[in-house]
Amino acid sequence: MHELALAESVLQILEEQAAVKGYTRVKTVHLEVGGLSCVEPEALRFQFEAVTRGSLAEGARLAINRVPGEGWCLPCARSVAVASFLAPCPRCGRYEVQVTGGEELQIKELEVE
Amino acid sequence: MCNVCGCGEGEVHIDGQDPHAHDHSHAHTPDHHPDHSHDHGPGHGHAHDHEPPQAGHLDYGSGPARAHAPGLSQGRMVQIEQNVLEKNDAYAATNRAALRDRGILALNLVSSPGSGKTTLLTRTIEALGGHYPVAVIEGDQQTTNDADKIRATGAPTVQINTGKGCHLDAHMVGHALESLAPEADGVMFIENVGNLVCPAAFDLGEAAKVAILSVTEGEDKPLKYPDMFHRADLMVLNKVDLLPHLDFDVAQCLAYAQQVNPGLEVVRLSATTGEGMDSWLDWIAGRRRHLLEGLAGELEERAARARAAAEAPPR
Repeated sequence: MHELALAESVLQILEEQAAVKGYTRVKTVHLEVGGLSCVEPEALRFQFEAVTRGSLAEGARLAINRVPGEGWCLPCARSVAVASFLAPCPRCGRYEVQVTGGEELQIKELEVE
Repeated sequence: MCNVCGCGEGEVHIDGQDPHAHDHSHAHTPDHHPDHSHDHGPGHGHAHDHEPPQAGHLDYGSGPARAHAPGLSQGRMVQIEQNVLEKNDAYAATNRAALRDRGILALNLVSSPGSGKTTLLTRTIEALGGHYPVAVIEGDQQTTNDADKIRATGAPTVQINTGKGCHLDAHMVGHALESLAPEADGVMFIENVGNLVCPAAFDLGEAAKVAILSVTEGEDKPLKYPDMFHRADLMVLNKVDLLPHLDFDVAQCLAYAQQVNPGLEVVRLSATTGEGMDSWLDWIAGRRRHLLEGLAGELEERAARARAAAEAPPR
């Protein structure tokens, strides 16, 4: 449900950047979504389609690049992949992993005209 | 129009008032004013009256297609690298700095509906009353019922109604702070909308997040809603007076909570019987002391620098 607010924030950024970067239409939005961010990509797509109707981004495609979660395992003292907040360290099987990456929600680039 | 909170839609109300009905002379983050001063209509790209690097040069051969063919897209790529939550995070940083400067410990209380947040709050305010100033921001979709209950304790309270919104955001809290004006060196509780999903994504500028889980909800809540429990600093296990009547495995619940958040602190409590209230009040007091001591240290250091500067030779 909060994906609606996030989709509106994306549209707001697109509208602000239109003046700065000199475009009138957005064709594709390349988004980086961390695997541990609070975002459900399909819900975001659905809401984005709804909020962009009648805007400069109507019909624009959301190209979502999922960034895997990363963490630091204290017992292993090394960086490990984190599939979810529920997952143990893939090496030692313990839960003493501090998340260090994969929570981002970032617009990387746009295809515009 | 405010896209972060949807204020422009007329859905959000702070104590029944449209937060944007007043003038905007107060300090906001620099990127705030343009939102209110000029509303970009849909499809209005401003390419005609600005001189952006590529404007005035319609190069049909520079798009990905490298040639102009009727009907073929002539898009170009624009790098922007912008965090979608950047605005919310900027408001949150402003709130956090303003609260800290005034020595106010802000706690964001998150939980499912019905976990006992409001009762816990009224009991907490009663226990803290007179020791230090307490103020409350109440978030609910509709009604001022909770704010009315809190106000009955005498604590200054502002109700935010989110309308269709599922969470509080930092912009709403910034507006609420203007009308609440919490007293310095006290504690401010923000009772978020009862929802274990959406509020996890929005930093409000709080010093800590407190997740409240009642034992009537089932011990696997931390696993079902890991985003929230992962981001919480403290978990209050509420309604423990009901444990004899329930099939709730406390040890299992705590193990699940530590699984999603190894650093999570836990307090077991019953707002009804008062069991565990002391641990909760001690936790608040500890956090408050830490914040105030940090602030005092910074101010002393600043004062020492100012004194040294004042005592420097006149010429």
